[in-house]
Amino acid sequence: MGKKKFTMEKRHNLTGWVFLSFGVILICWTSFYPMIQAFILSLQSGLGVNLKFGGFSNYARILKDPTFKGTLFNTFFYLIIQVPIMLTLALILASILNNKDLKFKGLWRTCIFLPCATSLVSYSMIFRSLFANDGLINTFLRNLGMNPVMWFANAWTARFVIILALIWRWTGYNMVFYLSGLQNIDYSVYEAARIDGANARQTLFKITIPLLKPTILLTTITSTNGTLQLFDESLNLTNGGPGKSTMTMSHYIYNTSFVQSPNFGYAAAMSIVILVMVAILAILQMKVGDER
Amino acid sequence: MSKGKKFGMYLFLIIFSLLSIFPLYYMACAATNMSVDVSRGRLIPGTYLIENFKTLIANQDLFRALWNSFRNSAVLTLLCLLICSLAGYGFEIYHDKAKDIVFTILLTAMMVPFAAIMIPMFRMFSKLKMVNTMAAFMLPSISTPFMIMMFRQASRSFPKDIIEAARVDGLSEVGIFFRMFVPTMKSTYSAALIITFMNAWNNYMWPKIILQTNDSITMPMLVSNLLGGYTVDYGMLMLGVFICTIPTAIIFFFFQKSFTEGITGAVK
Repeated sequence: MGKKKFTMEKRHNLTGWVFLSFGVILICWTSFYPMIQAFILSLQSGLGVNLKFGGFSNYARILKDPTFKGTLFNTFFYLIIQVPIMLTLALILASILNNKDLKFKGLWRTCIFLPCATSLVSYSMIFRSLFANDGLINTFLRNLGMNPVMWFANAWTARFVIILALIWRWTGYNMVFYLSGLQNIDYSVYEAARIDGANARQTLFKITIPLLKPTILLTTITSTNGTLQLFDESLNLTNGGPGKSTMTMSHYIYNTSFVQSPNFGYAAAMSIVILVMVAILAILQMKVGDER
Repeated sequence: MSKGKKFGMYLFLIIFSLLSIFPLYYMACAATNMSVDVSRGRLIPGTYLIENFKTLIANQDLFRALWNSFRNSAVLTLLCLLICSLAGYGFEIYHDKAKDIVFTILLTAMMVPFAAIMIPMFRMFSKLKMVNTMAAFMLPSISTPFMIMMFRQASRSFPKDIIEAARVDGLSEVGIFFRMFVPTMKSTYSAALIITFMNAWNNYMWPKIILQTNDSITMPMLVSNLLGGYTVDYGMLMLGVFICTIPTAIIFFFFQKSFTEGITGAVK
């Protein structure tokens, strides 16, 4: 009997490995293996297929590349401005929607989540034509008697449009995560707080935020990760312009590898730099999130 | 709650909802208007829809792009749900120390930015002569750490008694998965379906790299192509955007409720 139980356990154990093997092998093949390849590639220099070992010359070049510094600045600018605004808005909306007495809950939720149904290319196009020189926003400004703004001719206004578009597209998405998190919190906690005379702000800071910490951490990490990898918007909304003033790092890597004379080695070195930054930020955020 | 506060709350919701819908309303209106009228700021539905459609199909191979996007996204979603739910189930139901370690290592793959692996992956698939194939488009997104984590989390709520009872009844392990687990996890599957289908449908960077012939064009690529040339036909552009948005919007409306339930199960 004992022996039989042992073999049963062994068999179940093996079944588990078989079940998870397909997924694990695929991730190794399309994530970890290319990652190692990217690192090897980053140590090679040369154009097109004529690659030779170049040591860390690509990394040295990054330090001197003004375009890379520019795209690094843009990406972090989007990150620092957009992510906090978006997550705060999402949190406020979620706590309003979690209110028991609120009417038309489904309607609000649907409206606010709807932008997520559009593809990244699609909403880039919508914002591009809204803010075009002869677009709706400028027509509106003209009708109000104001001067039209050439939104995409100036670096700062162009960055503003990108940030606005990002907030529009992703706030509802993050709100759904917060809303789900809030539904796991027992409503009686809020009732008790209200009886004790806590106001809305105290409830938010003393109850909602501490209890939602894991969800907030999750959304912060995914948003940071997503912003550092921004590509579709940069390409389709502003095409990186004017000049290269709104270009993101991923867009620059794409151009380096597939648009100009392909320099895979240099592009790979830049992508390793992004990887390291994503990893450092994720670890930092997890550290901050763990503190109680 | 005081009356003033209540008023402020509803006002905030109304303004935010209107801002969320407005660009979509603009898109739908623009799709039915002439390009000049769109520029003039006409915000009521027009009668130019058929003409815009004619210009669109004259310019781009719309039906091929629609078919390609549908086929790619549907097959990818099906495979992703199967493989990721199997893996998530495997990690949770048969978990032991070794499997937990493998899972932690897998999670680090979440941090790998796509920009970092696209070049080696492109070179890998061109060596395998797989450029312009549906398989090359699908392979990188079939198995994702996020999906596996979602199913692993959800498997936690699957009662162990059911498994034991089914084993006593002589059902095989594979049978338990397909006959017991899959039917009870409907909301998790719905949430996973929405996320995967939308990501597959909307994916732009990878198809732009790996699908290079006109025959393999997908909807986001088609929309992006509409911008070529010096003058932009806004009516046609917005119709393209509109058509590209319809399928994901339908899926979203159809599965909205179970999506929220599925996410709730995953963030517990």
